[in-house]
Amino acid sequence: MNKQCGSVWVVAEQIDCRILPVSLQLIGQARKLAKELNTSVETVILGDQMDKRVQEFFAAGADRIYLGNAPELAIYQPEMYTEMIVKLAKEHQPEIMLIGSTSMGTELAPLVAARLGTGLTAHCIDLIIDDNKILEQRIPAYGGLISIICPEKRPQMATIASGVFPHPELDESRTGEIIHLEIPNEISPRVQTLEIVREEPEGIPLESAPIVVAGGAGAGDIEGWRIIAGLSEILNAALGSTRPAVDEGWTELETMIGQSGKMVSPELYIGVGLSGELQHMVGIVGAKVMVAINNDANAPVFEQVDYGIVDDCREFVPMLIEKIKEYQERKITC
Amino acid sequence: MLKIIVCVKAVPDPKEAHKIKIDPATKTLTRADVPLVLNLLDKNAMELALLLKEQLDAHITVLSMGPPVAGNIVKECLALGANQGFLLSDRAFGGADAYATAYTLAKGIEKIGEFDLIICGMASSDGSTEWVGPEMAAFLKVPVVTRVNEIVEFGGEWWKVKASLENGYRLMQVKLPAVFTVSRELNTPRTLSFSGIIKARKKEITLWDLNELGVLEETVGQKGSPTIVSSLATVNSKRIAEIISGTREDKVEQLVQKLADAAVI
Ligand SMILES: Cc1cc2nc3c(=O)[nH]c(=O)nc-3n(C[C@H](O)[C@H](O)[C@H](O)COP(=O)(O)OP(=O)(O)OC[C@H]3O[C@@H](n4cnc5c(N)ncnc54)[C@H](O)[C@@H]3O)c2cc1C
Ligand SMILES: Cc1cc2nc3c(=O)[nH]c(=O)nc-3n(C[C@H](O)[C@H](O)[C@H](O)COP(=O)(O)OP(=O)(O)OC[C@H]3O[C@@H](n4cnc5c(N)ncnc54)[C@H](O)[C@@H]3O)c2cc1C
Repeated sequence: MNKQCGSVWVVAEQIDCRILPVSLQLIGQARKLAKELNTSVETVILGDQMDKRVQEFFAAGADRIYLGNAPELAIYQPEMYTEMIVKLAKEHQPEIMLIGSTSMGTELAPLVAARLGTGLTAHCIDLIIDDNKILEQRIPAYGGLISIICPEKRPQMATIASGVFPHPELDESRTGEIIHLEIPNEISPRVQTLEIVREEPEGIPLESAPIVVAGGAGAGDIEGWRIIAGLSEILNAALGSTRPAVDEGWTELETMIGQSGKMVSPELYIGVGLSGELQHMVGIVGAKVMVAINNDANAPVFEQVDYGIVDDCREFVPMLIEKIKEYQERKITC
Repeated sequence: MLKIIVCVKAVPDPKEAHKIKIDPATKTLTRADVPLVLNLLDKNAMELALLLKEQLDAHITVLSMGPPVAGNIVKECLALGANQGFLLSDRAFGGADAYATAYTLAKGIEKIGEFDLIICGMASSDGSTEWVGPEMAAFLKVPVVTRVNEIVEFGGEWWKVKASLENGYRLMQVKLPAVFTVSRELNTPRTLSFSGIIKARKKEITLWDLNELGVLEETVGQKGSPTIVSSLATVNSKRIAEIISGTREDKVEQLVQKLADAAVI
């Protein structure tokens, strides 16, 4: 007898009652996976006053919602959240569990996975169901892609960044079932979130910027980095980075583009002094025009962009900035 | 006394790690002799331990799971000022995913004995999952705070720490014993001193294999790992660059023209 396949779950996340885009994107992808497995899509959401928001999950493709709605769930509380999700998963045995790779998701997912005794894949850039009905979780590594599977243990768990999957088409006529969760009261927490403080990010957000200038190790030092930052300023672009630039302390982790950073989809991407490692390049999705500036003609980045400049960025970029200024002035006077 | 355990991973030197590649023909990894070094963020973990030791009565244990050469990074931490070092090393531990790694380390910690604080890096530079700290905490049934970037209050039973999150931070109150994973912003790691290296010569590293750890073979390494790598593939790019050549002036001129023509500037 064929055992009925468990559901595809998305553990959603909210900030101040607003559902994060990544959660809806994952529901969109979950819909596709569920279709191939002939099963349903279910969402878990913990928060406060979320009852008015749950229609969004149905519209995005969820069939059933597990709703934990209480003031003490308003912000992420590690133990309470873990406890509730673990209990629920043990009860309903999902086949797959997807979580956004936000700060919360990155902490919550391994806590849940370890408690459920199952595997967990990080930084997935694609998810497909293979011929054996197993979830293939693709991640960039070693200049190519590797597929990770969790053949026996369930659920098959993965975290995915915002922007990896597109926003689903919303169908406002869709509805589904809402299951209200009981709030455990016997927990005496050993770790508690006292406060969450968020500042408005400075500058243009990378994720929605029409122009992205990204700098890499080739900047050489902080001076070189400032030159690249200058290019992004003149273009009114968002400034992105590669991991070495972050490791050197030239820029913040928030600016890193790629597998373990941000996903961008600009009209124009200019990569300066970076080699074109896949872990970075997978972060650029559907750019219209891509340019690379690198002093090594054999740099792999030249196989992944539209226009290449072989030159020392510290010499070339200042001249480029001047030329762009000229162009911008001409454009205004025309 | 505050008993601290710092977990450190030996990773392929990030400066040379790109040499390990997928062979397009065989779909296997090309062999490259990339040296193993102390994971960058584990230096921040060590630095936190050392700062705490300077201010409190503390004892620092360093723990790593890895091949025998990983003993070198444990030595390095002893030279930085750790009191004792342990290396979990056995062929059976090889091929571990994050789950099996966290399980094995948790077993090592149980055998080491009591602890107040376990400090990990936020992520390794190779696998970079960020799973090991929290999974270990789950196995040891203690709380965890990931991405710690500031210690606000310390010394007592309850500590307050800040942890980074998207465009801000969360302020956490946590009861020891606990696990922290630390981010780069937390501190600036010190470098090795000559006297430290000399002193470390006398310090011993304890090696534990499968038997000494007292775990079943099927719970560790590849056998104990829920996840496996099922295939490797190379990717074909959809673009190929038109290289703009000429003098620097020509190149600048042409590039701006092309961007203007494409209406992207
Ligand atoms: C699991 C994992 C996840 C990762 N996630 C990410 C991620 O999300 N984002 C990310 O960016 N990286 C990530 N990385 C790191 C990634 O593998 C690469 O190491 C990184 O992208 C390389 O950055 P880079 O191109 O700046 O540096 P390098 O590869 O060192 O390249 C520097 C380039 O600059 C060129 N150059 C040097 N000097 C000059 C000059 N004067 N003018 C012009 N060019 C010059 C060189 O020719 C070289 O091509 C990850 C790695 C792992 C293992
Ligand atoms: C490209 C690539 C992708 C991978 N993807 C996955 C995946 O999606 N899921 C999965 O389960 N495994 C994955 N792995 C395997 C994983 O990297 C290894 O299991 C590794 O032993 C532990 O995980 P990590 O390197 O990601 O550590 P992280 O969790 O990123 O490391 C955080 C910290 O944990 C501590 N730590 C980690 N390993 C050790 C150790 N051996 N000894 C002492 N302290 C340690 C250190 O303090 C370190 O700073 C991947 C490996 C590679 C190379």
